Formats: sequence, C-alpha cells, structure tokens
Amino acid sequence: MKKTGSQILLECLALEGVETVFGYPGGTVINIYDDLMDSPIHHILTRHEQAAVHAADAYSRVTGKVGVAIATSGPGATNTITGIATAYMDSIPMVIITGQVPTPLIGNDAFQEADMVGITRPITKHNYLVRDVKDLARIVKEAFYIARSGRPGPVLVDLPKDVQMATAVFEYPETVELRGYKPTTAANPRQLEKAVDMILQARKPVIYVGGGATLSDVSEDLKAFAEAIQAPLTTTLMGMASFPKQHPLSVGMLGMHGTFYANMAVTNADLLIALGARFDDRVTGKIATFAPHAKIIHVDVDPTSIKKNVRVDLPVVGVLPDVLPRLVEGLQSQPERLAEAVEATQGWRDQVEEWKQQHPMAYKKTKSTIKPQYVIEKLRELSDDDAIVTTEVGQHQMWTAQFFDFTQPRTFVTSGGLGTMGFGLPAALGAQAAFPKRQVIDVSGDGSFQMNSQELATLVQYRLPVKIVILNNNFLGMVRQWQQLFFDKRYSQTCLELPIDFIKLAEAYGAKGFQATKPEEVEDVIRQGFATPGPVIMEFKIAREENVLPMVPAGAGLNEMVLAS
Amino acid sequence: MKHTITVLVENEFGVLPRVSGLFSGRGFNIESLCVAPTLDPTISRMTIVTCGDDQILEQITKQLNKLVNVIKVIDFTDQPFVQREMAMIKISAEAETRAEILRIVDIFRAKVVDVTPRSYSVEVTGAPEKIDAMIELLRPLGVKELVRSGPIVLGRGAKAWKSAE
Ligand SMILES: Cc1ncc(C[n+]2csc(CCOP(=O)(O)OP(=O)(O)O)c2C)c(N)n1
Ligand SMILES: [Mg+2]
Repeated sequence: MKKTGSQILLECLALEGVETVFGYPGGTVINIYDDLMDSPIHHILTRHEQAAVHAADAYSRVTGKVGVAIATSGPGATNTITGIATAYMDSIPMVIITGQVPTPLIGNDAFQEADMVGITRPITKHNYLVRDVKDLARIVKEAFYIARSGRPGPVLVDLPKDVQMATAVFEYPETVELRGYKPTTAANPRQLEKAVDMILQARKPVIYVGGGATLSDVSEDLKAFAEAIQAPLTTTLMGMASFPKQHPLSVGMLGMHGTFYANMAVTNADLLIALGARFDDRVTGKIATFAPHAKIIHVDVDPTSIKKNVRVDLPVVGVLPDVLPRLVEGLQSQPERLAEAVEATQGWRDQVEEWKQQHPMAYKKTKSTIKPQYVIEKLRELSDDDAIVTTEVGQHQMWTAQFFDFTQPRTFVTSGGLGTMGFGLPAALGAQAAFPKRQVIDVSGDGSFQMNSQELATLVQYRLPVKIVILNNNFLGMVRQWQQLFFDKRYSQTCLELPIDFIKLAEAYGAKGFQATKPEEVEDVIRQGFATPGPVIMEFKIAREENVLPMVPAGAGLNEMVLAS
Repeated sequence: MKHTITVLVENEFGVLPRVSGLFSGRGFNIESLCVAPTLDPTISRMTIVTCGDDQILEQITKQLNKLVNVIKVIDFTDQPFVQREMAMIKISAEAETRAEILRIVDIFRAKVVDVTPRSYSVEVTGAPEKIDAMIELLRPLGVKELVRSGPIVLGRGAKAWKSAE
C-alpha cells in the first residue's frame, strides 16, 4: 500500500525510536500535523520555533538520543536558525524538519519561501531538500545516522508540501550507504602506543576534557583513566558534568572563568592530554602562552578539530569509548613503568594541591545583599543529586559552572559554543519532557529570561514542573562586567532600567513565583520553590555589580588571571 | 603557496556551494575551479587551485573530507602530476601584426579558431606557465579578450584515482 510523504516521515521517526518532538505548525507542514493526530509520536507545541529547537536540543543532551523539531517554511524555518546554530556549535545530534513551498514554486519567492538548505549550510552537519517522495525514507534514515555518528550535529530536512502529499511505497532502508561519509571509530593502535609512552614519560601531566566526553558517555572510563595515571583533570564547560569536581584529581574548569589551579596546572604541565575538546579561545586564552611547556596529545573523533587552534604533538583520531579503555589497557600492561610514573608525579600533584589551597574558588559573603554564588551553593545543597540544571548565558551561567558541583553526567545543559541567551528555559522544557519525574532547574538571568519567557505557557500547558531561578541584577551583567573592567565603567545599554515583576509574570501564565531580597530568605525561597508543584519562578535580587572571578581578560594568557576585583 | 587539490564529489545539485562555502566561510580564496562528471556519471571531479600555508591547506583538506558529499580529496602538492589549462584569446589583428601573431601561435602550438579582418581568436592548451608566457607575448599586440579554464591535473604514474577505494 502506498503512503503519503507526511505519513512516511512520521513512520520513519517512529522507527528511529522518536517518542517526543517539539514544533510549531503552519501552512507547509499542515499535512504532517494532520497525520500527527494518528501517530504515536508525542508533540509538544512550544510558543516559538527557536524554543522548539532548543527544547529538542536539550532533550538530546539529557537522553543521548537524537532530538527532533518541526517548523513551517519561511518565518517558521528562519526562527529555527539560532537553535540550529546552538546545537551545531555544541555538536548535538538533532534532526530538524522544515516545511517548504511546493517544488514547482521553489525559487519563485513564493509566499513563505526561504532557502533553508542555503541558509543552514554553514550551521548544519548536513542538510537535504527532498525533491521526490521516493527518496524520503532513505533521506530520513541518513539524516538520523549522520546526526548521531562521528562528531554529532544537527541535520536539516527541508520537505516541500507537494512531496508530503505525494505517495510512495514505504520501505525503510536497513542500512545507510554513504560513500563520502565514513567516520573513524577505532583509533590507530600505533598512535595509542605512542600516547601510552608519552604518558609514562610525563612528570607533569594534565587531562583536559571537553564536550566529547559528555556526548559519548565515558564518565566511568574517564575515571578509570585518570585514576590509573593519577593526573589532575580539568574540564571545559561542556565536559563539566562528566567528572565530579569532588574527585581528588579534579581541578575544575579551565579557561576564561576557570579556577586558578586549573589554569596554573595547564600553564605548567609537561603533557596535556586533550579528550574530546577543541581548544576554544575561551579555553586557551592567548595561544602563545597556552600550555607553553607541554607536549599535546589530542584525541578527537573529528580530524578537523585537531591542529586547528594549537600545535599537537600526537593526534589520535577516534572515539573516547574506544580510546580510553585501550589507553588504560596499554598502561596497565606495563605495571612497573606505570607505578614508577605515578610515583614520579607525586610532586606535581602536591604542587597542584598547593595551588588549590592558595586560591580556592571563593567569594565574599555579605549580610546585606544576596550573593549569586551563595544562591547556587544553596541550590546544589537543596536539590536532588540527579537534578538537571540548564542555564541561559551570562554571569549566572558562569556562577553555575563555578559553584554548582555536578555529580552526574548529562545533568548540566548549557550553550557553550554559541553562548545563546534564551536557551535555558526552552532547554529546561525539553529536559523535563524527557524526564518528567526529575528535578529540572533553569538558572537564568533577568536579561536572558526575557528572550524566551513565552515558554512559561508551554510549561504550564504540558504540566512540566521546571523550577526557574532568576538571578536578578537588573543588568546584562556579563556585558556590564566587561564594561566595568575594560571600558572605564561606561555602562552603555546594559542597565535593564525597567524592573519586571517576574512573580506577576509567572502568575499571568498560571505558574507560581517567589522572591528573595535578603540573604536569609534564600533558603526558604528555594525550599518553597521545590515544594510547590508545577512550574515556579524563584527570583533572587542579587548584588548588582558582582563580578565573575577569576577572569582571564580576552587575549591574555591563562597565567594572567584577575583574581579579585 | 599555491596548492592544487582534486576533489571527487557526488554529482548532485547543491554540492558546489558546499565546497565553495567551505573556502569563503573561512576567508580563503579559490583561484580557479574546474568541475565535470567522471567516467562514473554519479561522481564529479573538481580541480581547485588555492593559496595558503600548509596549515591552512591541512584544514581545508580535512574540512573537505568532512563534507558528506565529498568522496575523496587528493592534494597534489607533494606528488608528481601533469597539469593542463586551456585559454582562448581574442587579439586585434591589423595588417602589420597578423604575421607576428601567427608566428607566436605556431611557437606555442596554439590554434586559430576564428578569424575576422580585424581579429584572431586563438586556442592554446598547456601548463599555466606556458599560457602566461604566451599572453605576455601577445599583450603588446592588443589582447581584446581572454578566457582561461583554470588548470586540471592528473597524477603521474599508473595509479588512478577513481572513487572511494
Ligand atoms: C542572543 C544573545 N544576545 C546577546 C548576547 C551577549 N550577551 C552575553 S551575556 C549578556 C548579558 C546577559 O544578561 P542576563 O541574562 O541578565 O545575565 P547576567 O549576566 O546578568 O547574569 C549578553 C547581552 C548573547 N550571549 N546572546
Ligand atoms: Mg542580569
């Protein structure tokens, strides 16, 4: 029996194991939405297409599955751009389906036409315009395969309305045949041997872990590896939750707002073992003074990441679930040398410990005003171990990274590469849709929150009990911090003059809101917020001009940290 | 430094902008680009000449390889290869220069492909340097129009690049 394109699409999604999609209807996807009514797939109607993509993105970040979002052609499709770029920068596996005007009209500036394949070319891993319904099943199969394999990323499928309506015999291909796409998985054994040798010779080794570790679920392997060689381990923002900060080998986050001791360790290391990280400029600071004494081993699934920003002494192309156990095996096959190396690096671990004691992560507490760091510490204390935390972008994001001690992988969801304000709330929505029973918290700023606050409606409608924490400084705080430090305190357009009544806003949508203005109210508000069913806003009026520290000024070296205001 | 890269791609619509977008998106210039289908009609072969240091070229090659529609990338920089380009040149041909033009055409083993009382159009193939040299000789005589194909290359020796072996 023949099926229509839109039916074929939905069957493909079901066969890919998709349970929940996020989207927004319109003229060129009306057929898909009609067939959705007869499909087992659960659809969540966000209030903006950008939010649908962020939600699907976060759904993927917390589950490891491919996230799916749907939007109509033209404005619906262009509204997805920031979401797609966000996912692309953080290598999140997603399939975005956009409606397109009927094929005979393509190129005619038809009503609600936008060249999505052209627009998204630089921000997708791959994209497709489906011209023939006979190709649809194969394309969807390929899209999912490409999205999740190798270095993951978003794939867009642009589906013209007439293709959705055309019919074909449905047959889902078993395998994918792409002669131009063969991602490496198993690393070259000779490179691994060399890596083992370099590790055994190092006297000041540091492990540097990025988002690749999060995406490939290697927390256990990572722990085994770090413990085998007893090397200090630092993570990026994206790698953070894959290794608990409480672990004695952890030195926390490195880079612009990293810890003093992580940056000192990297600067003084004689071997840097980069695992699924890409030497982003927020991590390295000035390249010339980045890890100046270190040999660099770079393990990454994407060959283009290697030697892109820094010199690399030993490139290893491969995936961490393969590489890490093989490294451990290689090390343990030389027990004497390994024991000797662990002993010889004791002095290095002592040195790192000394740096930790010298400048631990700290902030000045005050009686009169709420310190944002205090709110984050309390949040950690009062939330569940497996709570998922999303953030927006700004100071509150960095304070969360610095002061919330994540203990479980895939519990920290933040826009690292693109740094998208407005990401956190829809991301929390997507995470909560994936795990209705777990605590999901969006740590937000007063500026970012207003970039997608309409999603309060979605939370209330679908009974998604996200807890929104607004650290309200009445500023675009992160930009204000730069203006204070580098522009002589000239606060150009960063004061959000109009105070918003966030409590009333919550109520307008049928959610609840609580507010704390004094330090002694913080704990109560958090307890109340967690105890209240349904979506809740917890607003904290924080010290307005608090800065995120330490800070490596843009363009400076990691050893040139500003430690105190 | 100049680099010549051969890229085997799926012969599909939309592949060219993916390849060229890689260059423009990173601020690299494409000096010349030739594309046509291969013996296997589902595969097209591109020859791209670009400029950049070795590190830039390594990035470009890796990025090209990463494209789903790219089947194979061959950098000919460190391999012996034969390179040929074609040019067509329209030259003013007055009574006093006609003989000189024909002599140059002869020396370069070029061919006159169109003649009018006031012009010659000639066709020449060869290594890009040979074409440069011929143009330099013709220039003082009055080149009216010049079109160059950009070079295509073939590796020397018996080994052949066909697809994703
Ligand atoms: C969409 C978007 N626009 C602009 C920026 C630049 N930007 C980075 S942080 C920031 C301020 C964020 O303010 P807020 O959400 O209140 O957080 P705070 O820094 O005050 O904690 C801005 C404007 C951005 N990252 N994203
Ligand atoms: Mg703010």
